[in-house]
Amino acid sequence: MIQRTPIADAVTYAIMVLGFILLIGPFLVIIAGASQTMQQVNAIPFSFLPENQFLANATQAWQRADLGTAMTNSLIMAVLVTAGKVALSSLTAFAIVFFRSPLKHLFFWSVFITLMLPLEVRVVPTYAVAADLLQPVKFILSLFGGIQIGVDWNLLNSYTGLTLPLIATATGTFLYRQFFMTLPDELAEAARMDGSGPVRFFFDMLLPLSRTNMLALTTIMFVYGWNQYLWPLLMVTDPSYKTVMMSLRSLLPADNGTPDWNVTLAGSLLIMLPPLVVVGVLQRWFVRGLVATDK
Amino acid sequence: MADIDIRAVRKNYGKTPALHGVDLFFASGEFVVILGPSGCGKSTLLRMIAGLEDITGGEIAIDGRVVNRLEPRERGCAMVFQNYALYPHMSVANNIGYALKVSGVPKAERERRIAETAKIVGLQDYLARRPAALSGGQRQRVAMARAIIREPKVFLFDEPLSNLDAKLRISMRAEIRKLHQRLSATSVFVTHDQVEAMTLADRLVVMNRGYVEQVGRPLEIYHRPASTFVASFIGAPAMNLVRTRVEVESASIRFGGATVAIDPAFAARQRGQDVTFGIRPEHCRLSATAEEGVQARVDFVEELGVGRVAYCEVEGEPFAITLDDHTVVTAGDMLSLLLPSEHLHFFDTDTGRRIEMDAPVPDAAPAAAHHSVQTMGVLS
Repeated sequence: MIQRTPIADAVTYAIMVLGFILLIGPFLVIIAGASQTMQQVNAIPFSFLPENQFLANATQAWQRADLGTAMTNSLIMAVLVTAGKVALSSLTAFAIVFFRSPLKHLFFWSVFITLMLPLEVRVVPTYAVAADLLQPVKFILSLFGGIQIGVDWNLLNSYTGLTLPLIATATGTFLYRQFFMTLPDELAEAARMDGSGPVRFFFDMLLPLSRTNMLALTTIMFVYGWNQYLWPLLMVTDPSYKTVMMSLRSLLPADNGTPDWNVTLAGSLLIMLPPLVVVGVLQRWFVRGLVATDK
Repeated sequence: MADIDIRAVRKNYGKTPALHGVDLFFASGEFVVILGPSGCGKSTLLRMIAGLEDITGGEIAIDGRVVNRLEPRERGCAMVFQNYALYPHMSVANNIGYALKVSGVPKAERERRIAETAKIVGLQDYLARRPAALSGGQRQRVAMARAIIREPKVFLFDEPLSNLDAKLRISMRAEIRKLHQRLSATSVFVTHDQVEAMTLADRLVVMNRGYVEQVGRPLEIYHRPASTFVASFIGAPAMNLVRTRVEVESASIRFGGATVAIDPAFAARQRGQDVTFGIRPEHCRLSATAEEGVQARVDFVEELGVGRVAYCEVEGEPFAITLDDHTVVTAGDMLSLLLPSEHLHFFDTDTGRRIEMDAPVPDAAPAAAHHSVQTMGVLS
């Protein structure tokens, strides 16, 4: 703001501080609660001061929810989802932007429209297919030939099942498309004159140039993959494939059980850490990739 | 070294024609400049030679081989783009050497050739830098080095100097010319700048609205423009063009209260028809006496330092003349001008084509212009 108006300044600051407290409040509760004893955490009024019980609470949470296995599973799932999304969306956008094909706009818009459809909307049909991959084939065969086949092939209780249905991404494709469209046509033409084919052009030019874009997408998609709850809940029954979000559910005190919220909070703090680390490391590129193209 | 044969080449964008059947032949080792206003199809033609645009009709042959269906890399052309199109994430060395890397030249050999090429364009101290850390002129050099290193048969330049400031443009112009003498590959240079065109070209192709207007040596085009378009496009300030009637009996034209004598044989052929006559501002002279000569009123004067241009009005028509240092005129002055008949050009008023003074009136001028291309040969 160019004007110097002390009252407006005070008001804007007040709104900002209020917003900040609203955002940071829950974290303060978690940090304080996770380091208190069960008595302290249930005391009224709640004390926002951290105590020294964090390690004990964390160890208990880790054991009770089997966080070792869950963390590994979640990490595998988030990494696979992220890598898959980045690879798939860059290739899709490459095809949409750099190739002249008759149905190019139809393809782009059909991808774009799915932006409006979150996983939750299509979760039932997606589950049906994942639970029986050959179902469409079986349906067609029985419709036309009356043949029944008894082969079962499903993705339940597997990493493939956890990640594959989540990999298609309209957001990523859109982000890549916008970036590719800012590149001058001459860049592709110069590469063609230099003898580079489309695949070479993709790996030599587009991937290095879209580095910031890629890191921004990685950040978003890692957090997205880590936070998945509904899909793993449907796909996984075997405890060895449990993810952290499912474990978090099992950390909640039962209705008439011991109200050990301190353990729950310590567990959720542990579960929060990996995405925080990823965001912290990549946030510099994250902002740059979203707001500007560094060329 | 390769010749380029362009035969009846057409280009349509959708239903809009951009090139209407162009016939040109560029001899091996020639420096050809294609000149024209924006939208005349000159860049389209260049990009069709390069293989970046599809050819709607006709054929392009490089070194006797029809290239219509070949990929750019198979045509042996290198191209310098207007905005340089450097690879922003690669160092200067990698930019220059990318074509070699793609074609699988071993690293040691590649580095040797990068160093050699960088030396030709004077970039040996900048090899580790990124394009963003270079000045406009240096980027231009990288773009040229990238073309040179491939040892192409044909160099294509798409307005490479138009992003440079005026001073740098002049020095780069000289460098391109020197480079051509050194490498002597066939070069095709597209520009809208007539000074660039005149100074660089062995042979000049003037294009307008998808047609070739005239092909010839720069001075030939300057002295014998084939149409009113070429006459007004080449030369600054532009040639004065005035519509008038030829008087057969007195073998003259009337203009600005004066009678300008013309060749009687020519006058007889025109049979009193309307023609457009033209004279370059630099060929008009001031008359010693106020009575004889074309009466012109000075509208305004542009000082050029080496001389001045007086923009005048004669019978309501604009008429420019250039004057030397010693002749001082101001707006509102009345001048009497002499128009030497040997410097007069005549054009058909309807078609805009040139009417030759010493030859029978040509019937189909555009075909004649194309024909002269084939017989021109190498100029050096």
